Amino acid sequence: MNKNKPIYFDNAATSFPKPPGVAQAVAHFINEIGANPGRSGHRASIEAARVLFGARELVAQLFNVPGPNSCVFTSNATESLNLALKGLLRPGDHAITTGMEHNSVMRPLRALEAAGVSVTVVPCSAEGKLTPADVATAIRPDTKLVVMNHASNVSGTLLPVRDIGRVCREKDILLIVDCAQTGGCFPIDVQADMIDLLAFTGHKGLLGPQGTGGLVVGGRVDIAKMAPLKQGGTGSGSEYEMQPGFMPDAFEAGTPNTPGIAGLAAGLEFVLSEGVDAIHTREQSLMRNLIALLRDIPGLNIIGDPAPKTRVATVAFNIGGLSPSDIGFRLDDEFGILCRVGLHCSPAAHKTLGTFPAGAVRFGLSYFSTDEEIERAADALRAIAAGKSSS
Amino acid sequence: MSESQYCVVLFNSTSHAMHAEKICRKANIGIRLLPVPRQLSSSCGVCMRFFTPDKPKVEEELAANNAVYAEIVELDIC
Repeated sequence: MNKNKPIYFDNAATSFPKPPGVAQAVAHFINEIGANPGRSGHRASIEAARVLFGARELVAQLFNVPGPNSCVFTSNATESLNLALKGLLRPGDHAITTGMEHNSVMRPLRALEAAGVSVTVVPCSAEGKLTPADVATAIRPDTKLVVMNHASNVSGTLLPVRDIGRVCREKDILLIVDCAQTGGCFPIDVQADMIDLLAFTGHKGLLGPQGTGGLVVGGRVDIAKMAPLKQGGTGSGSEYEMQPGFMPDAFEAGTPNTPGIAGLAAGLEFVLSEGVDAIHTREQSLMRNLIALLRDIPGLNIIGDPAPKTRVATVAFNIGGLSPSDIGFRLDDEFGILCRVGLHCSPAAHKTLGTFPAGAVRFGLSYFSTDEEIERAADALRAIAAGKSSS
Repeated sequence: MSESQYCVVLFNSTSHAMHAEKICRKANIGIRLLPVPRQLSSSCGVCMRFFTPDKPKVEEELAANNAVYAEIVELDIC
């Protein structure tokens, strides 16, 4: 293999490469369709609307959503989480989250807290594990919802979404799940998992372009009581100056990123044709190999539970005495290995895992990673841990 | 009394129209999407036209597939 070719292990931040059809779909939309979806009745506008609707159907298929119009497109999971949280929570409401969240959950919650929403952060173990009974205990009469990730963007640790879904149904509150790290590479079924709102991003495991994402809004959500983040043109009900109240237009003001969503649809088609189970199996195998090699490196400490069944293919670690940023710089500069170091926008998770404020080094694998790349990365880390340079 | 040749399905959202189009095409019902005729409420701007005799089939397919639409109206001029 080409030793000079960079190894991209930053898939937990954004996946690279994408399947070839993704860039083609974006270019095809821009060059051949181009129009504004649903804003005009002409053939190109209708074709653009078909592209958007086709993507909604693929999202519905992937996550077993009952109807395609339950999918609202946004620019990323962060926007989806902001829409869900700010749309549903009002001063006086109580919300529950976990000690393993990304700032895409914590920052909107802290902003809402300042505006009169009360927030409980249910602690997780030092391995990043959440006990469902602790969530049940935290529920109060004024609790409106639980918001949690499906897998940590730091340690890859899976949280027990279905168990929490059951708790939420029993207590008649809503469950919002951030599947940024699991969408496309771990099975998700919004009905079986009892997820009321699923925030997904398009540019990670769904293999689409950056700037795409969405929110699946389930039947238990009263959309009449969910405020949009923005109001504006929808191509519908244009005689009214009030934002329409029906899905998906209620939450989709302004011209969407249709070229990006065309690319997302191609990513989703790839995921569905390979199969989430096959992608999951492949990533698990790669991760097993990586973890086995990392565990043999003296001084290297894997963050969180290393057991493959408890996690996705994102592995964070530290090497005793070395700063994560130094390791990251050497991996890039001397070995051509691209990863992410630091706090990964998740101070809460790093506090739980005992890696705050120094952070950690994170390898995010993808379906397209190879065992050869993993071996090269392990060799590099072995050299760094032994205090050697690349030469 | 003469029956109109065409009906149109009106939708709140363009996304609903795309859903209905897919369902009807799959069911081999002759339909066409077109801008909403001026005499009708503007709704989402796009409506789905079909031959009036197909109305029961259109209604049946849309209901069976949980498609959302505002109303079906007969077209006097189209």
